[in-house]
Amino acid sequence: MTGDAAGLRRRTAALLAAHPPAGTGRLDFLRARFDAGLAWVHFPEGLGGLGLPRSLQAVVDAELEAAGAPGNDPRRIGIGLGMAAPTILAYGTEEQKRRHLRPLWTGEEVWCQLFSEPGAGSDLAALGTRAVREDGGDWVVNGQKVWTSSAHLARWAILIARTDPDAPKHAGITYFLCDMSDPGVEVRPLRQITGEAEFNEVFLTDVRIPDSRRLGGIGDGWKVARTTLDNERVAIGGMRLPREGGMIGPVARTWRERPELRTHELHQRLLTLWVEAEVSRLTAERLRQQLVAGQPGPEGAGMKLAFARLNQEISGLEVELRGEEGLLYDDWTMRRPELVDFTGRDAGYRYLRAKGNSIEGGTSEVLLNVVAERVLGLPAEPRTDKDVAWKDLAR
Amino acid sequence: MSTQPDLLYSEEEEALRAAVRDLLADHCDAAGVIARTESDAPHDVAAWKALTDGMGLAGLLIPEDLGGQGASHREAAVVLEELGRAVAPVPYLTSAVVATEALLECGAGNLLTRLASATRVAALAVPLSTAAGHAHPAVRREGGVLRGRLTGVADAVAADVLLVPADDGGLYAVDAADVTLTPQSSLDLTRPLASVTLDGVSGRLLGDAGPAVRRALRAGAGLLASEQLGLTEWSLTETVRYLKERRQFNRPVGGFQALKHRLAQLWLEAVNLRAAARGAADALATGEDVDVAVAVAQAFAAPVAVHAAEEAVQLHGGIGMTWEHPAHLYLKRAKADSIAYGTAGAHRAALAERIDLRAP
Repeated sequence: MTGDAAGLRRRTAALLAAHPPAGTGRLDFLRARFDAGLAWVHFPEGLGGLGLPRSLQAVVDAELEAAGAPGNDPRRIGIGLGMAAPTILAYGTEEQKRRHLRPLWTGEEVWCQLFSEPGAGSDLAALGTRAVREDGGDWVVNGQKVWTSSAHLARWAILIARTDPDAPKHAGITYFLCDMSDPGVEVRPLRQITGEAEFNEVFLTDVRIPDSRRLGGIGDGWKVARTTLDNERVAIGGMRLPREGGMIGPVARTWRERPELRTHELHQRLLTLWVEAEVSRLTAERLRQQLVAGQPGPEGAGMKLAFARLNQEISGLEVELRGEEGLLYDDWTMRRPELVDFTGRDAGYRYLRAKGNSIEGGTSEVLLNVVAERVLGLPAEPRTDKDVAWKDLAR
Repeated sequence: MSTQPDLLYSEEEEALRAAVRDLLADHCDAAGVIARTESDAPHDVAAWKALTDGMGLAGLLIPEDLGGQGASHREAAVVLEELGRAVAPVPYLTSAVVATEALLECGAGNLLTRLASATRVAALAVPLSTAAGHAHPAVRREGGVLRGRLTGVADAVAADVLLVPADDGGLYAVDAADVTLTPQSSLDLTRPLASVTLDGVSGRLLGDAGPAVRRALRAGAGLLASEQLGLTEWSLTETVRYLKERRQFNRPVGGFQALKHRLAQLWLEAVNLRAAARGAADALATGEDVDVAVAVAQAFAAPVAVHAAEEAVQLHGGIGMTWEHPAHLYLKRAKADSIAYGTAGAHRAALAERIDLRAP
């Protein structure tokens, strides 16, 4: 392990010597870093990694940060890094991996996720977007997707579509890599309760996808999508935060700076939430330590639940704390932000945006079922749709 | 805060847990604990002897040169998790943690050596409800003797030595044989309270009461979170087990979504409590960030353990209301623990100063 770390430091130093950050363009540096296997060391050699334990990435990151090297702005390309990449790595052909992973990691090509539909939310496997194959050639896709972050910026999408309506719903799905520049792809902003449109609706009309962009087998799409969704939860649960690093930070600062706003009732609620935020932070830290120690536990399943509730309660408290100012809102202008910042803007925005935290990436209600069934082993919900052909389901 | 606390369990700590759990499985079955609560001897002497003589656990916090194990609060916390899970009626928290910490502060080597070998059991004679840094009663010292009555002293009837704060600012060791101990009918049957009456006892001065009592109560509060974790885990595990088995409406009751969601919430609280309790134990062991870590753990742990026990009673239905089923032992312990060494509110108030979120 320490030998690996020393080797990584040498490799990083060699990269920095060959491509000094000061005299190298950002993209050139990122490409060189990828080619040196220092992008994500747990990926295989030749695909931006070195086949080393994931925990060693921190060694590289620390060296590069100290040298002032440019990063790949992971928040802008989170869907590509956190969801598309691990799925392509697990199920992609060699050609797909070589074509897509490098520009995905450098951020040259942004990815989005075409999963949810108006009629398939929590019940994602009921999705109705159709992909029909033309005489053993291209697939032709028709349907509507929704809640698509970054679709207006994306060059590529991970897409799941129904290829066999006669099979039960989980069995008739196939996974594709969809070119968002295809003329049949129409992206429309979806305005939210915050006033802005960070999500989109995506309409797919006769979109042609070559069979070479199918990921995994025909009809295996649900299994492939599970890899994507499991990685989404890992990405949400794996953060490392300092004390007051989350939503509690802004309200704690307001409390300190604005003594005239303080009341006894709000003080009790603030302290209770501060304690819960600190304990959630410790829980996330404990989960991180478990992952580093190679003892992953089921705790990650609960982290999103906890953060969603806390973000909502804390931001709600802050609106109240601000009193008369809490009646105001900074800006209702319809905008399309490139980045989503849950703790950005003012208290009113934070309050409204946090409402999405218990819906996006799996509703809290569904996650409670997941915990109850997969962690506690309680009986599953009764199923009436499991062995019925998708086309015969009521909708 | 530069470094993160170590929130995991080491292999040695897991081995210690397994050994304590095995021992308690042999000694502390629920029916026996319930029967003992109504006997003249509420404490389980056989379990205590096995934990102390057999495993040396009374000396975990005592340095090796005084006959202890020279271990840390991390290991003591693991023992308390298991004692909580069994709601074991032994004076571990009161003697091997709280009284031991007071004696460590006073440098009372001889007595510590006796506590380490469990030839003596000690109790700090302040009410169990006292939070670190808060005022507590003291006995009068006049004419070289101690006089007065102290109430709410946990596990006093199991103690050979009482550590008594007096109004001259001293902490005195007094033999239990020289005082009058009167058991109080206690909400928590497995950690009984007693009043201590001193009527002209000389006592032996150990040191300053102020820092000794503060240190003892802080450690007690911090490690109580691990006991509360054990209570919570038992309540959750036992309720999940029961609801998989119990059938109504031709289905296992645990298949109803209303109950599944409550149990999933409880699991989430238990996961959070584990991180908070480990955080406090690690802080006490390293001495870093102790006041905040202990206050956070206690402010969080008390409502969680009470919620878990209340859910256990409710979700067991009628059987949860019976004397025969052990759920009530956990409810009583959890509710008493929510007052012990300061309420969640007292710990939040302490925190408000430490983290600069001051009252209006």
